Amino acid sequence: MTPGFDEMHAGEQALREHYRSYDRWLRAQPPELMTARREEAEMIFRRVGITFAVYGAKDEEGAGTERLIPFDLIPRVIPSAEWREMERGLRQRVTALNRFIHDVYHDQDILKAGVVPAEQVLKNAQYRAEMAGVDVPGDVYSHIAGIDIVRAANADGSGTYYVLEDNLRVPSGVSYMLENRKMTMRLFPELFVLNRVAPVAHYPDLLLDTLRAVAPAGVNEPAVVVLTPGMYNSAYFEHAFLAQQMGVELVEGKDLFVKDSFVYMRTTQGPKRVDVIYRRVDDDFLDPKAFRPESTLGCAGLLDAYRAGNITLSNAIGTGVADDKSIYPYVPRMVEFYLGEKPILQNVPTWLCRQDDDLKYVLDHLPDLVVKEVHGAGGYGMLVGPAATRAEVDAFREQLLANPSNYIAQPTLSLSTCPTFVDAGIAPRHIDLRPFVLSGKTVQMVPGGLTRVALKEGSLVVNSSQGGGTKDTWVLEA
Amino acid sequence: MLSRTADHLFWMARYMERAENTARMLDVNYQTSLLPQSADRAELGWRGMLSISELTSAFLAKYNEVNDRNVIDFMVRDEANSSSIGACLRAARENARAVRGALTTEVWETQNQTWLEFVRMVSGGRFLRDPGEFFEWVKFRSHLSRGVTVGTMLQDEALHFLRIGTFLERADNTARLLDVKFHALTKEFHGSQQVNGAGQSQSQSQSQRIALDQPEYDFYHWSAILRSVSGFEVYRKVYRNVIRPEKVAELLILRADMPRSLAACMNELVANLRLVANEQSDETLRRAERLRADVLYGRIDEILATGLHAYLTQFLDRVGDLGVGISRDFLVPVAA
Repeated sequence: MTPGFDEMHAGEQALREHYRSYDRWLRAQPPELMTARREEAEMIFRRVGITFAVYGAKDEEGAGTERLIPFDLIPRVIPSAEWREMERGLRQRVTALNRFIHDVYHDQDILKAGVVPAEQVLKNAQYRAEMAGVDVPGDVYSHIAGIDIVRAANADGSGTYYVLEDNLRVPSGVSYMLENRKMTMRLFPELFVLNRVAPVAHYPDLLLDTLRAVAPAGVNEPAVVVLTPGMYNSAYFEHAFLAQQMGVELVEGKDLFVKDSFVYMRTTQGPKRVDVIYRRVDDDFLDPKAFRPESTLGCAGLLDAYRAGNITLSNAIGTGVADDKSIYPYVPRMVEFYLGEKPILQNVPTWLCRQDDDLKYVLDHLPDLVVKEVHGAGGYGMLVGPAATRAEVDAFREQLLANPSNYIAQPTLSLSTCPTFVDAGIAPRHIDLRPFVLSGKTVQMVPGGLTRVALKEGSLVVNSSQGGGTKDTWVLEA
Repeated sequence: MLSRTADHLFWMARYMERAENTARMLDVNYQTSLLPQSADRAELGWRGMLSISELTSAFLAKYNEVNDRNVIDFMVRDEANSSSIGACLRAARENARAVRGALTTEVWETQNQTWLEFVRMVSGGRFLRDPGEFFEWVKFRSHLSRGVTVGTMLQDEALHFLRIGTFLERADNTARLLDVKFHALTKEFHGSQQVNGAGQSQSQSQSQRIALDQPEYDFYHWSAILRSVSGFEVYRKVYRNVIRPEKVAELLILRADMPRSLAACMNELVANLRLVANEQSDETLRRAERLRADVLYGRIDEILATGLHAYLTQFLDRVGDLGVGISRDFLVPVAA
């Protein structure tokens, strides 16, 4: 078993350089103060209403179904050199992914070249035939991408960043990145005097800039809106937050209608044209005429307006074809194919159970591997070999054999840890990182991203639906 | 602005105003109930409180006895009662949450905080220890809610629709308060066979005549009405005289400088409606202007001669009609 990699400490005593100043400060804080600050943070999050909805749950007062995502007081710190490298890698990867999506819906060069198997793409449930031959502004499809990155320990004690997953449809969490920073600045302003932390508060500005940049051709002052499924959606806070921060309307499907292939919103002064929709609604629910007929979250006729080039959807329809887990193993090859460059960010080695050799290896090593459903999300439907009982492994083996092409497998990575303020005091917990990459006329991002932390001791699952929390993420300026 | 957004803003303001007025009426009844008086008379006050909001039968379906504890419970925390303070604060907060992007951070946090504190105060019945203080708190949160909108929001449509909601609701509530208080008075002079439960239906349909000629009739009754609209000091300042029922009515209906009077509400309503007028709102605006003129150019002796109850009933109908018109013209999304 390789030793773990801790973001703050290199071994028992040794402190990593970029945590030196923070450590000095932390040692001077009495534990009661930290406890008081944590309570204060919770109170503020409640007052501000930074909550997510839990379906079908009621709290002790029956007052509603809103929960807080636990916020950890100790920031995750990234040294500037590491971030610069990661930023280059993200830029490269997202550019290649956008090129791939464009290619898939146009000439399909990469399929013809045999770099990615055609059937993997064309038979994928996320492939949208409706998008074939449709041009989108700037050939950009995933304007907002969330790339999940983890750091894993190597045998020599060093760590390597790996991309765990690309989220190219409707990635969420950016509001927590922004609110966590605000909270840290509010609770511990002195830390920002002691450390040169790169700011992130301009994210909504970059987002608006990106959305305006991809408006349909010929629109000078594009009307941008955020489309939400409504206030009972678990990410509603984020939708409202982003709309407010950008100063644009937050609309629901019923506020929109399509006439003569143009999209309008219903206002107190009559219909008003809409040019760009930052939609936080999945493809399937966007247009009851084109996709799921029972959907009330979308707007009938939207796809027609979209194909006519009169509205920009952000992200585009059909981006899921590139972030599917069965496509993931090919992303490094996309980078080489489209950009002629060596991939800067590494993939986690992945076995595709649809291939006989890979399946055999996976079946032989099941207790050591993490096996995931190709279309799964949120940490559901997966086997974490080392943490599973024998019976669980055997049961999963049956599932896997019944439908091998539904699964991929990866080695169990020893995710890096970061000191975290838990009930028992300060203890290491596993973390990941989701930077948000914006692609419009150019590719832009704010330094860092959202750090998620598995609050349960030893747990590797950082999803908020399964007991995960978040941390402020600092990129130190050189 | 989105029609749906305007709708949520309108209702957010209405519910907050309604919560405040419910607290005001509960407060004045509660304070009165502390005065030495017969049990009948105390009960009459609480019955008036219920009939003001047309809730008598809903109340009697749940409670056997009309007393301070039951009515306060029903009007503060019964979620099934859509006029209860709890239901209003929840609805105000839910409407705010639906459009938090159209509000300033301070406005949203005020609404949210009000709701969270309310839940804390009411769980375990803490508010019952000092209902008076609780009612003060509700009024205070409503002042804060209104103040933070005027003090922080851009003076655009969003603010105008909030104001329209506030003054439409206040006009309605002040008219109801006047109606029931003058009504209650008449009843008391017409005998007092007050009974529990089944007797209530007849007690509502008695004579409308107002006993203005009973000078000894309670200083406390009239001052309570004035206090419930924060009008006691105002009355003294305006009339510099003893408290006379017709002057109370005049103050609360016709004085445009009295912020909770019907005249003041109509002035604000019309001013804000003019600012948001659109192509289809001409008729609603005309009716609003006309109602405003009727109130502004009215005289109290004329109103009393035709009957206060008839006057107020007609006013309430016309305010209700304006609410429907505003919804139709601005708020309810219509297919293009």
